[in-house]
Amino acid sequence: MAAIIDFLSWALFLVGSLFVFAGALGLVRFPDFYTRIHAGGVTDTFGSELILLAMALQSDDFTTIIKLFFIALFLLLTSPVATHAIAHSAWVGKLNPLVGKNLRYPDKREDL
Amino acid sequence: MVRYIFKTAGRHLALAIVLGLLWLALSGEEHWSNPTLAVFGAGSVLLCVWLADRAGMLDKEGVPTRVFPGIISYMFWLTLEIGKANVAVVRHALSPKLSISPGMLRVPAYQASDIGKTIFANSITLTPGTVTVDVYEGSILVHALTEELADMEGITSMGERVCALDGPEGREWARQKRLEAQEAGREQVSS
Repeated sequence: MAAIIDFLSWALFLVGSLFVFAGALGLVRFPDFYTRIHAGGVTDTFGSELILLAMALQSDDFTTIIKLFFIALFLLLTSPVATHAIAHSAWVGKLNPLVGKNLRYPDKREDL
Repeated sequence: MVRYIFKTAGRHLALAIVLGLLWLALSGEEHWSNPTLAVFGAGSVLLCVWLADRAGMLDKEGVPTRVFPGIISYMFWLTLEIGKANVAVVRHALSPKLSISPGMLRVPAYQASDIGKTIFANSITLTPGTVTVDVYEGSILVHALTEELADMEGITSMGERVCALDGPEGREWARQKRLEAQEAGREQVSS
């Protein structure tokens, strides 16, 4: 039983790290501000949550699991607020996003 | 009698129960069995409820009791959606050739309460590939990474699930708003 849980936990660590790595890679590769935020979203959600779940499987103490659960919950509640704050300030600051398959800036904001 | 208590002190009771469970979960076994510490715990719970009441925070936004019953199943459903979207975005980030087609779309948001609208906007942002950029009276402006992720029907059905959290009245209100929007759209087309 302990071996199975250990194996599961390490698998989750690896998958979570893969998500964090893919998020970081997307942050570099995507072309403009708004698309880069999406890459950050991957790290925020499954990247961190899977790693927290793996940690919960590693711990043998109930209070530790509860604390990890609350960290995961507050991450889920606060990270979209921060993401929205950044995206909204860019939008209000008149930064136009790239649109379409050939990634062009729109001529006017009304075209979006 | 029970109904009277729930009507007058329902939110106080809900906050006290949640805080009590939080204290039990965070303090661990050796604290519950110690009478002194248990009394301190109960006292701090009561103090918190009293302070929240004094600060005027025990209203439908501070303690949204209406949202509680449906929120658990909604969170499970949302986790599945987030998983699917995560895989899609990771595939785009790792693919050798960038094949993204970003765009903006306006999603109708007919949530009756402000907290419903907040849950909807945050759920959109939490799903990778879509970010809430601006919130208006009856709609939400969303930036999407690709055309497949800018899935109007999927996001609208998420909005309907959030409307259901507002209870039967919220659902009814959303239905009426939707009808009004359809009527307005038809008039625009005919004129």
